[in-house]
Amino acid sequence: MKRWEREGVAELEDLNLPDEEHLKKGVAIIECIQEIPCNPCVDACPTKAISMENINALPEIDYDKCVGCGKCVEVCPGLAVFLVKVVDDFALITLPYEFLPLPEEGSIVKALNREGKEICDAAVKKVKKGKTTIVTIELPKEYAMEARNIKV
Amino acid sequence: MRIEEHPILDFKRGREIYFYYNGKKIRAYEGETIAAALHATGVKVLSKSLKLERQRGFFCGIGKCSSCLMKVDGVPNVRTCITLVKDGMVVEDNDMELPEKEYPRCKFEKMECDIAIVGGGPAGLSAAIEASQYADVLIIDENHQLGGQLIKQTHKFFGSKKQRAGTRGIEIAKILEEEARKNCRVLLNTSVIGYYDRGYHFLAAVNRVDGIIYEIKAKKIIFATGAQENMLVFEGNDLPGVYGAGGVQTLMNVYGVKPGEKGIIIGAGNVGLILAYQLLQAGMEVACIVEALPKIGGYFVHAAKVRRCGIPIYTSHSIKEAYGNGSVEGAIIAKLDENWKFIEGSEKDIKCDFICLAVGLTPAIRLIAQTGATISFINEAGGWIALHNEYMETTKEGIYVAGDLANIEEASTAMIEGRIAGLHAVHTIKQIPNFEEKIREYMEELEIFRQG
Ligand code: SF4
Ligand code: SF4
Ligand code: FES
Repeated sequence: MKRWEREGVAELEDLNLPDEEHLKKGVAIIECIQEIPCNPCVDACPTKAISMENINALPEIDYDKCVGCGKCVEVCPGLAVFLVKVVDDFALITLPYEFLPLPEEGSIVKALNREGKEICDAAVKKVKKGKTTIVTIELPKEYAMEARNIKV
Repeated sequence: MRIEEHPILDFKRGREIYFYYNGKKIRAYEGETIAAALHATGVKVLSKSLKLERQRGFFCGIGKCSSCLMKVDGVPNVRTCITLVKDGMVVEDNDMELPEKEYPRCKFEKMECDIAIVGGGPAGLSAAIEASQYADVLIIDENHQLGGQLIKQTHKFFGSKKQRAGTRGIEIAKILEEEARKNCRVLLNTSVIGYYDRGYHFLAAVNRVDGIIYEIKAKKIIFATGAQENMLVFEGNDLPGVYGAGGVQTLMNVYGVKPGEKGIIIGAGNVGLILAYQLLQAGMEVACIVEALPKIGGYFVHAAKVRRCGIPIYTSHSIKEAYGNGSVEGAIIAKLDENWKFIEGSEKDIKCDFICLAVGLTPAIRLIAQTGATISFINEAGGWIALHNEYMETTKEGIYVAGDLANIEEASTAMIEGRIAGLHAVHTIKQIPNFEEKIREYMEELEIFRQG
């Protein structure tokens, strides 16, 4: 049994990871690793970077086609998609957030990992408000594949 | 204990009103139930068990468990979780004594329709929308609003565009209601109390607010009465503060009232996982989710959402005991071995003021059982169900089932089942153009959805 089946925490080896060039461009990391009947990410993608054999299959992403627009982050009902872009020594992570209070642009929040543990400080760069608010944070690039939530 | 701010929901509270609880004047808002208004002021004990007089709180929140019975304006045994509070209402502890007052004579009203639909949740509304394109449809629901359990689902649904993926359950409820109301007659606050075979299908129903008794003659009936939450056996499971997961969702997401400050959840299926996330959204704490199976039963994406908020999920664990003086103050959980026995010494004492049971649902068959349709125990479907064919018709001609009543599944499948039942029920009365094509399409959709 995989760890995620027991604990609900994905490990990097469970994911299809982009290479450095893709990360510089900024791409979507899809953390949807169990077959469920769902496909809005496929419909939302303007460049057809996400494909799926049938509605129950896992979404496959073609990092060459992904332009990092974030549409899939907004539509995913599982809140399972994150944008990651590496700029020099920093990583910009865009994630869905559905709690109050909302973070303020320019403020510092705590970045949390997949187990909800605080890993470092993060600067809030952008807040796109909605029922599912889309937040972009900046943090040291070594946390690019760890930080998946924030604590305001 | 009221939720003032919420990231997804706006609580539009009605006019401020006052009612009396055991002589005490209590403020409430129009449009909320008696049980919700009492909870908002911190009253968790609603009734007592008959024999041992053990205190009972609210459990299911949707009128299906009877743990919230109180005396309202002199009438005993009123389900306070589905009865709206009114200005000047007198609410007292239940005592089973009928008051010595003159009861007004019941008013009777006769109604006729092609298709009667009992239950206005996702399955019932979908059946109504489909059937009302071709026939005269009457929807009967005992709640004061349509939408069934969708009205408390704040998360976005999965599926494809066609099934409104990405739309929240609460929004789906509104869309379905609007569509259904276009062509259907609707009776709310109305409980169907009996089915009779008079050579035709006949239902007796009573409006609990104005006391009218409806005698309904229908060519076909679709039952979509949903399900009730399962109880779990452990010490202290009847303490006020032990709730059904759905009951908590109703309280916080429909009425904006908190069940407590810190809870634990038993069961890591989708209901338990979603509830944990919703509790955080409503500003409460969740100490942990406990699951008896060795792995998480719900979707990984739901589990990942709660894990990254820091909520632990303990698999191969269960609850041993709930304790507290008058209401929940904590729980003892422990690890299970391969034979489902508690491992001695593995106990953890978790402080919490409420416990949510998300350990599955049982189809609510009491009414459908009256029709004479064959009822059978099918474990995979959730217990005792009315056997039905691929068109959702039971063994009794003209009697259909749909949704959780037919088979415990997701709202998405309930909606497709409703469509199938609605379409087929009409088709047996009158020819529908392209019937074969339409029904095949729905069946394929259902098939695909179930493979996931
Ligand atoms: S970020 Fe934009 S381009 Fe990339 S996969 Fe998502 S929707 Fe497609
Ligand atoms: S929309 Fe989200 S949950 Fe649905 S398949 Fe795509 S990534 Fe998975
Ligand atoms: S019937 Fe009211 S809480 Fe169950």
